[in-house]
This record gives sequence, C-alpha cells and structure tokens, in this order.
Amino acid sequence: MRVLIPTPLHDYTHATRVEAHGATLGAVFDDLDRQFPGIRFRMVDEQGHIRRHMRCFIGGQQVFDLDHRLEGVEEVLLVQALSGG
Amino acid sequence: MSPQDTAPTLFVATRKGAWIFHGDPARQRWEADGPHFLGHIINHLVLDPRDGRTLLAAAKTGHLGPTIFRSADLGAHWQEAARPPAFAAAADGSGRSVDHTFWLTPGHADEADTWYAGTAPQGLFRSDDGGDTWTPFSCINDDADYRRWMGSFQDGTPDGPKLHSILVDPRDPKHLYFAMSGGGVHESVDGGATFTPRLEGLEVVEGFDATDPSFHDPHCVRMCPSDPDRLYQQNHCGIYRLDRPATRWQRIGRNMPAEVGDIGFPLVVHPRDADRVWVFPMDGGTVWPRTSPDGRPAAFHTRDGGETWVRQDAGLPARQAWWTVKRQAMCSDAHDPLGLYFGTTSGELWGSHDEGESWHCIARHLPEIYAVSTGVPT
Repeated sequence: MRVLIPTPLHDYTHATRVEAHGATLGAVFDDLDRQFPGIRFRMVDEQGHIRRHMRCFIGGQQVFDLDHRLEGVEEVLLVQALSGG
Repeated sequence: MSPQDTAPTLFVATRKGAWIFHGDPARQRWEADGPHFLGHIINHLVLDPRDGRTLLAAAKTGHLGPTIFRSADLGAHWQEAARPPAFAAAADGSGRSVDHTFWLTPGHADEADTWYAGTAPQGLFRSDDGGDTWTPFSCINDDADYRRWMGSFQDGTPDGPKLHSILVDPRDPKHLYFAMSGGGVHESVDGGATFTPRLEGLEVVEGFDATDPSFHDPHCVRMCPSDPDRLYQQNHCGIYRLDRPATRWQRIGRNMPAEVGDIGFPLVVHPRDADRVWVFPMDGGTVWPRTSPDGRPAAFHTRDGGETWVRQDAGLPARQAWWTVKRQAMCSDAHDPLGLYFGTTSGELWGSHDEGESWHCIARHLPEIYAVSTGVPT
C-alpha cells in the first residue's frame, strides 16, 4: 500500500510517498523501519504508543491502535499536527 | 602542545538546531558552522575529548520522538543512532517513554566509546559503541525507591524532570555521580551497580522534608578537574561545595550578595584551580521569572572556594536585559588566562578572554540556547 510520509520524516524516506506492507498498522510501521531504519521510533515510542502530534488516517478516519487491521486498505496517511512555536 | 596554541571550538545546542563556532588560538575570531539540524530541538552537543573528532547530539523535534545523532568528523556528516535511549517496554504498554535525552557525558578515558546519557523523564543510559546503541544503565530506572523520587511529568521543570550532571571520576571509572531535577544527587562506587543519595546539608523548599530525595532539586553539579574529591553544586536552594570523603554539603551561596541571592542554573569550575568557580545567578523570587536579577545579568566568581564572590559584568548590558543562562549553557576552555563562554535564553553567545573580567558578544540572534560546551578538535 502507499504511505504518505510527512515532511519531518523525509530525511528518512527522501520521498513523499513510499510503498509498505503489513496486515496491521503496526506491521506497516515495522516494514517502514526495515526500509528506513530509525523512522519507527520517531513516530512510535518504546511502549507502542503513537507519539503526540503524530496522526495516522486510514480511509478518512484517524487510527490510534497499532493492531488496527488493514485488509483492503490501499493508502495510509501519516501527518503531523502543529506543535509549539 | 600547550593550551595557548590550541583553537577552542564551541558547541552550541539550541531550541531550533545546533551551531559550531570554530575559534582561532587567540580566541579573537569565531567562524560559525551551522545550522546543523535546523528546527530540531538540540538539548546537548558534546565533543568526545578522547578522540577530538566524535560529536554526539541529543535531538528531537516538536513532532518527532527523541534520538541521538553521531558525527565522526566534527559535524561534516551525521548518522543516527541505531538504538537511541529508550526505557524497557512494559507488557501492558504502561511503561515510561523517553521524551528527550537531556544530558550527554563521555565515559572514562580508559573506556573508549563509552558514553552516558540522562533523559526526561528521568533515566540513565549507557552506550559502549560510541553512541550508536544505548541501553538502560544501573538499577535506577526501575528501582522502586528511585522511581518514587523521580516523580512524574507533573514534577520538575516545565518540559519534564531531568537526569543530568553525570560525572565520571577521572581516577576510577567505577566512581560515578548523577543528579536529578527533583530527586537529588547520587553516588556510585561500584560502576553503577548501586547508587547512594548524597543529600546531607542540602536545603529544600521550606516546609518539606530534607531527608526525602524527591524534594531535592540540584540544577548543576560539577566535579573539579584538578581535585575530583571536590564537588560544587548550583541547586534550586543555594550554591554548595562538598569535599570528599566528607558527606555534608556546605552552602557557600550564603556568601553571595543578598540582593542577588544564590539561585541559578549553570556552574563552571576552573580546570586547574579547584577554589575558582563561576555561577550565573537568576531571579528565583516569587513566581520564579527565570531572568537575570533586576534585568542586570552578571557572572559571579569566587577564588576561595565560595568564601567570597565578585560580580563580573563588564561588557554585559547594564540594565533591561531579561535573559538568563541555562544549566548546560556555560563552560570554559583550558587557556591561561581562562576563556569563559555562555549562551542565553535570548540566543546570544558571549565570551571572555580574561576569566570573566570582561565580556564580549560572539553571536546574536541565535535561537534560545540550551547548552554550550567546549573542546579542542584534533
């Protein structure tokens, strides 16, 4: 599936959209980290929580759970909320 | 090569990136190299004195999680740590997560590639491969007593309580100290297997129990390079000196001018004279404005271990200057006379060639400065 990468993470992907695979959102993050080492920890903390200001949208809905299943999903949108000055 | 022949370099960590200022041996000219990591929050940028080439930077952004960047060539190229500091994962996801690495300390001279890191929330980590991979160090991250003393994000500084001031005895790599903003000062003589609180003589906010480490708020602890048995401390409640093997801190800040007080964050010890110390006081009154007292910034210097203090403000703004200096943002080089440097909360970098007798501005208009360290590249 396609994954939209927010600009603060372009240092890892050097691309706005990348391909990644997985049956769950967590598996997609794992696949992203295999392709772009280090990217997962910038988005997901050591307790498995999506970090503050990270937003993940699937089919127009915000998803918070790494166990969220992705059957039939073609695109995952990762964006970053505004934070601070 | 004597210190006079060397060209010191300043490593400046800011709220929005890092800069490296290369000086000439006379310390008259400074060449700015930066920004590195523009827009990243850099809490500490430290040169490894063991090789004079390796730099570690503690980074995060407003959006992204914390990491460590490493350069083997003084910042020409950077590589991210393969495993940044992180707490152990709890099975139910209820464990702590590192918000940012706050403090970096190179390990003992005999332990090449060893580094220590302090984090917020408070954690102690170690790397044995030059900063590429990090693991929790010592028992303290999960020890029940230490966890109680550490508090939570409800405690400590506005962006979380810090573990800082990680000190390594140059005579013995197993002899360590660290401090916590909210949590006290702690010493290990067994390589970090165990730590013991060192709180005797330290004062706490009136009405609280001074025997409870959680009420102690050291801001900056320094070990004297010329006498590792002597420690100085700038604390939330005063300036202190400790001469080991004694265990009782002496409040030498009582000797500061009453109108200035003895509240501040940074503290610098002369590298060759353990009686000489500099602090940079701030306004700790009423709501803790965290500005220079009365809008008149100044360093204060003691030549006698804290018995007497002298104001040093020549060249600094005489009035209406409402910045101050954070705990990692003041340091010295090794020249004679000594060079002193500090970075301000309003993004100015200041230096002195004459041990604080006069100050000049090296750079203006930087972002808020979190840390300034020095080193001599090789």
